[in-house]
Amino acid sequence: MSHIISILIENESGALARVAGLFSARGYNIESLTVAPTQDSTLSRMTLVTTGSDEIIEQITKQLNKLIDVVKLIDISESTHIERELMMVKTRAVNGGREEIMRLAEIFRGNILDVTATTFIIEITGEKSKLDAFLNTVGEENIIEVVRSGTTGILRGERGLTV
Amino acid sequence: MELSGGEILVQCLIDEGVEYIFGYPGGAVLHIYDALFKQDKVKHILVRHEQGATHAADGYARSSGKPGVVLVTSGPGATNAVTGIATAHMDSIPMVILCGQVPMAVIGSDAFQEADISGITRPCVKHNFLVKDVTKLASTIKKAFYLATTGRPGPVLVDIPKNLTDPRVKVPYEYPKSVTLRSYNPHVKGHRWQIKKAVDMLLAAKRPMIYSGGGIVQGEASEELTELTRLLGYPITNTLMGLGAYPGTDKQFVGMLGMHGTYEANMAMHECDVLIAAGSRFDDRITGIIAEFCPYAKVIHIDIDPSSISKNVRVDIPIVGELKPVLAEMIELVKASDIQPDAEALTLWWKKIDAWRALDSLGFDRNADVIKPQYVVEQLWEMTHGDAYITSDVGQHQMFAAQFYKFDKPRRWINSGGLGTMGFGMPAAIGTKLAFPDADVFCITGEASIQMCIQELATARQYRTAIKIVNLNNGYMGMVRQWQEFSYGSRYSQTYLETLPDFVKLAESYGHVGIRIDKREDVRPVLEKAMAMKDKTVFLDFHIDPTENVYPMIEAGKAHHEMRLAPGVNTDTELA
Repeated sequence: MSHIISILIENESGALARVAGLFSARGYNIESLTVAPTQDSTLSRMTLVTTGSDEIIEQITKQLNKLIDVVKLIDISESTHIERELMMVKTRAVNGGREEIMRLAEIFRGNILDVTATTFIIEITGEKSKLDAFLNTVGEENIIEVVRSGTTGILRGERGLTV
Repeated sequence: MELSGGEILVQCLIDEGVEYIFGYPGGAVLHIYDALFKQDKVKHILVRHEQGATHAADGYARSSGKPGVVLVTSGPGATNAVTGIATAHMDSIPMVILCGQVPMAVIGSDAFQEADISGITRPCVKHNFLVKDVTKLASTIKKAFYLATTGRPGPVLVDIPKNLTDPRVKVPYEYPKSVTLRSYNPHVKGHRWQIKKAVDMLLAAKRPMIYSGGGIVQGEASEELTELTRLLGYPITNTLMGLGAYPGTDKQFVGMLGMHGTYEANMAMHECDVLIAAGSRFDDRITGIIAEFCPYAKVIHIDIDPSSISKNVRVDIPIVGELKPVLAEMIELVKASDIQPDAEALTLWWKKIDAWRALDSLGFDRNADVIKPQYVVEQLWEMTHGDAYITSDVGQHQMFAAQFYKFDKPRRWINSGGLGTMGFGMPAAIGTKLAFPDADVFCITGEASIQMCIQELATARQYRTAIKIVNLNNGYMGMVRQWQEFSYGSRYSQTYLETLPDFVKLAESYGHVGIRIDKREDVRPVLEKAMAMKDKTVFLDFHIDPTENVYPMIEAGKAHHEMRLAPGVNTDTELA
């Protein structure tokens, strides 16, 4: 099962490398990893999607906590949460296909960011599965390029990940 | 007070109470060496290779409990230190490594003697810093010592670009009195309820077993462990790293466990119904095949590092906390408890253990004409009354030392258990001798290991650290040869050292005493002669039986109860 681990980490040089290095050194999977500074410029927030048995996820959280730069972390997939990923897709859009793709974008609540005579760039935000579904629907033959941010997430309600 | 970066570093060491710094100069640390030159409080030990610096600092740390401090230059100086840093990391040894770096302006330009040592060492340090601002130097050094010595100890590297130590740039200096890091809280108190549950489980045991490791030594919890063990009357085994944490000559001690542990220790592990692991980490050399590890046991595990718990073996009662207070609390609870250990069950249990013990799994031919390595270690133990500091390298000699030198005190046994670093022993002995100048320090080694840091004989001469080297010379990389004999049809691929130096002459050329020993009857007299030379480093080259193997042994993929015993030891005898 996929786990979404949110991490508050010191905004120091090398901090990201420590996390990435931990995963490669211990043979854990990283499905996606996003990182950006928070409103407190000394802290970065990282969202890491990983898979593994309960034992492995337990080790991953313990090993992450052991990193000196890691201030706090939480496995948000264990509680009610919201997760989002942003995707930009460059599709081929010619002839009758243009209408069809515009309609699909609308159904998936996407925004068309760029239009040329032969292409669209569509922005879609949502859970990973929604993004996957859009790509399937558009069809590989129409896709020129895909860029995805990786999942980020936040807990619902009062609970949260703060210092 | 306004100081330059170089002066700040030296002043930090003085304020931190550092006695010795082990190092080797070079371009990127010239400013620091100049600052060292102008003071006499911190003594610099000049090694002959940076690996030697880390091992010497490591030996100093393991024997004294104080952090070892290393100073190396950028590039090759730093990379040469990596093996020693990784060695310290695997065994959780407090160490601070100050490392020169090329000036900030040229970092990343592939400058002369540039290496990304922060990147290189990231997986083998507790933490590392690249300092970019001279005004942060003192606080970073403080953090480095704090991190290295608290919680689960470990090496911390500080990477210092050369321009930060420029003597022309002076900044105000103040060494922080204390330091806190919001992301690091090392003082963990064991959970009361968990401790209570553990004590209840321990007291209900019919076949209990105590298995303790290096954490007891690092956590200074030897006294508490000993008291608790005696109070309970339970059998205890120590890991390779934990030897000396419980008196090795005590009746309740069943010897070391694991791959080359005693038959009784491993059988007791296999058959116990409650296992308490204290400061040990279920290393693969301890557990044998995990699937068959302690099949009948409920497991209690006390460790300061949460990531050690349930890493290799699922435990029933985890206790995260510092060992000393946790064990002290357990002692109080046992004393206060209405329930006491089941005397009847314990008598039966001990009967069983004594029967395993009667097998004498460490037996060897004491009357052999050739010198048996076990005999040398046993004689050394007798002669020193078990009270010397023993360092070792890695291989058969290390196992013989662990099996036959019965350590009664912690911090007397200094070896690279986790990483298994050949070349560790002699520099570690130098560091130990500096920490305890009046103590007897022996390095038990082999002709292969000793050559990996042989250059440090010069360091021993320069600082007159009178160590005694017990070289168990069998002409082979003995442990590898043993595996080749057992598992590779005696095809001794590249394990025979065809050209060995004349160690006697070699020792003499460095200004030491060298003695070659070929006869069994000479072993004890020569050991005594060497020990009597208090102010000399003596290299004892024992030419031993080249065919001797370390027994007993749990081979790869086997469990505790499937030990390979020495030829002639018979398990068919009826055991209780």
